[in-house]
Amino acid sequence: MQLFITILIDGLTYSSYLFIVSVGLTVIFGVMKILNIAHGSFFAWGAYGAAYSIGLAANAGFPAWFGFILILLSAILVGLVLGVIIERVILRKMYDQEEVVLVLATFGIFLILEDLILLVFGVNPFFAYQPMAYLGNIKLGGISRDVYSLTLLAAAAVIAIGCWYSLNKTKWGNILATVIFDREISLAIGINVQAVYTATFVLGTALGALGGAYIAPTVSVAPGFGIDIIILSFAVVVIGGLGSIPGAVIGALMVGILRAIAVHQMPELELFVVYAVMALVLIVRPEGLFAPAVARKI
Amino acid sequence: MNKRLLSLGKGIAVIGAAATMAISAVPAYAQETISAGIVSFLTGPAAGPFGVPGRQGAELVIEAINAGTMPAPYNSAGFGGAQMEPTYSDESGGNAKQVAEYRNLVEKQNMDVMIGFISSGSCMAIAPVAEELQRLTIMSTCGTPRLFEEGDWQYTYRTQANAVGDSIAAALYVREHFGDENGFTGINQNYAWGQDSYKLFGLAMEHYNPSIAASDNPQFPKIFAGQYGTEISTLALDDAHLVHTSFWDGDIEAFVIQALVRGFFDDKLVVSVVGASAVDSLGNQFPDGVVMGTRGEVGLLVRNAEPGSLNEWFINAYKERYGAYPMGPSYQYARAVLSLKVAMDKAAETSDGVPSQDEIMAAMNGATFQSFGGEISLALGDGHQAIHPVGYGITKWDSEAGEPTVTDVTFYPNECLYPPAGQTSADWMAAGMPGSTC
Repeated sequence: MQLFITILIDGLTYSSYLFIVSVGLTVIFGVMKILNIAHGSFFAWGAYGAAYSIGLAANAGFPAWFGFILILLSAILVGLVLGVIIERVILRKMYDQEEVVLVLATFGIFLILEDLILLVFGVNPFFAYQPMAYLGNIKLGGISRDVYSLTLLAAAAVIAIGCWYSLNKTKWGNILATVIFDREISLAIGINVQAVYTATFVLGTALGALGGAYIAPTVSVAPGFGIDIIILSFAVVVIGGLGSIPGAVIGALMVGILRAIAVHQMPELELFVVYAVMALVLIVRPEGLFAPAVARKI
Repeated sequence: MNKRLLSLGKGIAVIGAAATMAISAVPAYAQETISAGIVSFLTGPAAGPFGVPGRQGAELVIEAINAGTMPAPYNSAGFGGAQMEPTYSDESGGNAKQVAEYRNLVEKQNMDVMIGFISSGSCMAIAPVAEELQRLTIMSTCGTPRLFEEGDWQYTYRTQANAVGDSIAAALYVREHFGDENGFTGINQNYAWGQDSYKLFGLAMEHYNPSIAASDNPQFPKIFAGQYGTEISTLALDDAHLVHTSFWDGDIEAFVIQALVRGFFDDKLVVSVVGASAVDSLGNQFPDGVVMGTRGEVGLLVRNAEPGSLNEWFINAYKERYGAYPMGPSYQYARAVLSLKVAMDKAAETSDGVPSQDEIMAAMNGATFQSFGGEISLALGDGHQAIHPVGYGITKWDSEAGEPTVTDVTFYPNECLYPPAGQTSADWMAAGMPGSTC
């Protein structure tokens, strides 16, 4: 029973981490049909923003809980600054191009942003452990757990419900659905598609940055921080279906739980299970488990 | 460069140098330069704790040797009289990129010598290319024993010992200080270094601590995975109290941050073979009581330098220049540069003018020289692979000094740690380490 509880908590915690780091990717693809390689850089910039500001705040004597506010502010700031600049200056000029051109463009943006990190922050690692240390640990299932990682569960749930509600129950969601369905019709009925695209890209960027900012207190934030996360994020959203929020939830849960079982029972399969699940889903349902239905234009 | 290591320059420069020599009795090679490619991680997660300190160590010593400001016995200016011109290169990007970059530095930029390499993967990939291009290459930091146990390299040298010494010294330290442990497990990165390190530690434990059983569930997460929550849970559930780790770079820091808040270090005894960079980077957040190694007489374990020693000069000069203590890689890169000076000075004594690459290699083969922390002997791999004592200590934060320190430091001599020439580490260890004096 202890092992079952441990695997469940580990799996859910890791699933929450996966969902938080990949949801921004799926939001941008869902609306804009851009496979955004620069997502890893948004993640890294969020992490650097949080780590740097939390370090400054700690040195200035601010209480550790203030770090949570800085995590949120870092994500919003990165989303607004990078999101607006990249969408308006680069991507907006390329919407008429084929999707592969946009992928290459985001890859170029990724490389530029990675080099900018080196220029701005240098190569030494940043640490922002204060929020994690502040929350301490509790005993669950017979072993000690850090409370901070458990808050990932709540954060992931809030983000998932918030995204789902915004997309399905609000006027903004209806507008978004119209733009997703047909850009030309949206323009014809007076929707400011450019503004929707900008808002979506800013949201996706901020979500990517939030993933990095939230993870920052648990790691050493160093150059190259955002590279591996791209592959993991793609695995999650491909399993769930690119562009689907519920798909990202299910994809993250499948990968997280299966990985936890593997680590506890057969550690050598840890990586294999992640990509085995992805391969299996792609064989059975190439568009992913929860890919939105695509209307055929005549 | 086919015949001579040092570039002689254009004909007129040679004539000019000869004229100068005739007038001032300065050796001809005193006017020459040697170009060196210095390779370390300058970007990526290994840059901060390993690559940049390594580069800084090389830079400091190259400048001091060029200027003749190092203490005796290295107070003569230059490398055999020649000035070194370093070109620094990034080790990030994987083995294929490293091989391409190595070819570029040697074939297009005409580097006379290549120095560095942190990752075992890089070293294994570069050694065959060094042979192909016939270019003297001094590996400074990588640890896999397979480099010279699976290859017979003429142009490659390694001025630091391999992972065998780390593993045996760790097992000896456990026997001496924690002989009543109930079992051991491990968390190591899932590539050559992590797998080799844990395997060799297991063999050494079997020999020196047979009553401490190995766990059947050691962890091998992907390198640079960053999140270790599940692995920490698995280790926490494991009955084994001792946890071996060969984590380095950002992985050791992330692991410590995540494990510390869960009280992991209160419940387990962690033996870290090369994680000392995290002791400095995390400061008072690094837990007390971790058994810490530095692979040799470098870094954290040798900070209490004897007055007037080479080590004291290095520590003071490094702190003055970079505002921090030199870390293990700083020593390792500086040591690799030093080995070239030793060989070139020796070769220059008998060379008719500028020593050739062959003369330098002949001087380097099997050499023994004084490094910053102790003596280095190129005793294995047909005189290409260094051996040196390896030690461990127990981490402790010194709140008065406001800096990390170690207690109960013990170094184990070469005679305990390395197999005889011609035998692989794993075979020697499996055979019960015949000839070991420990």
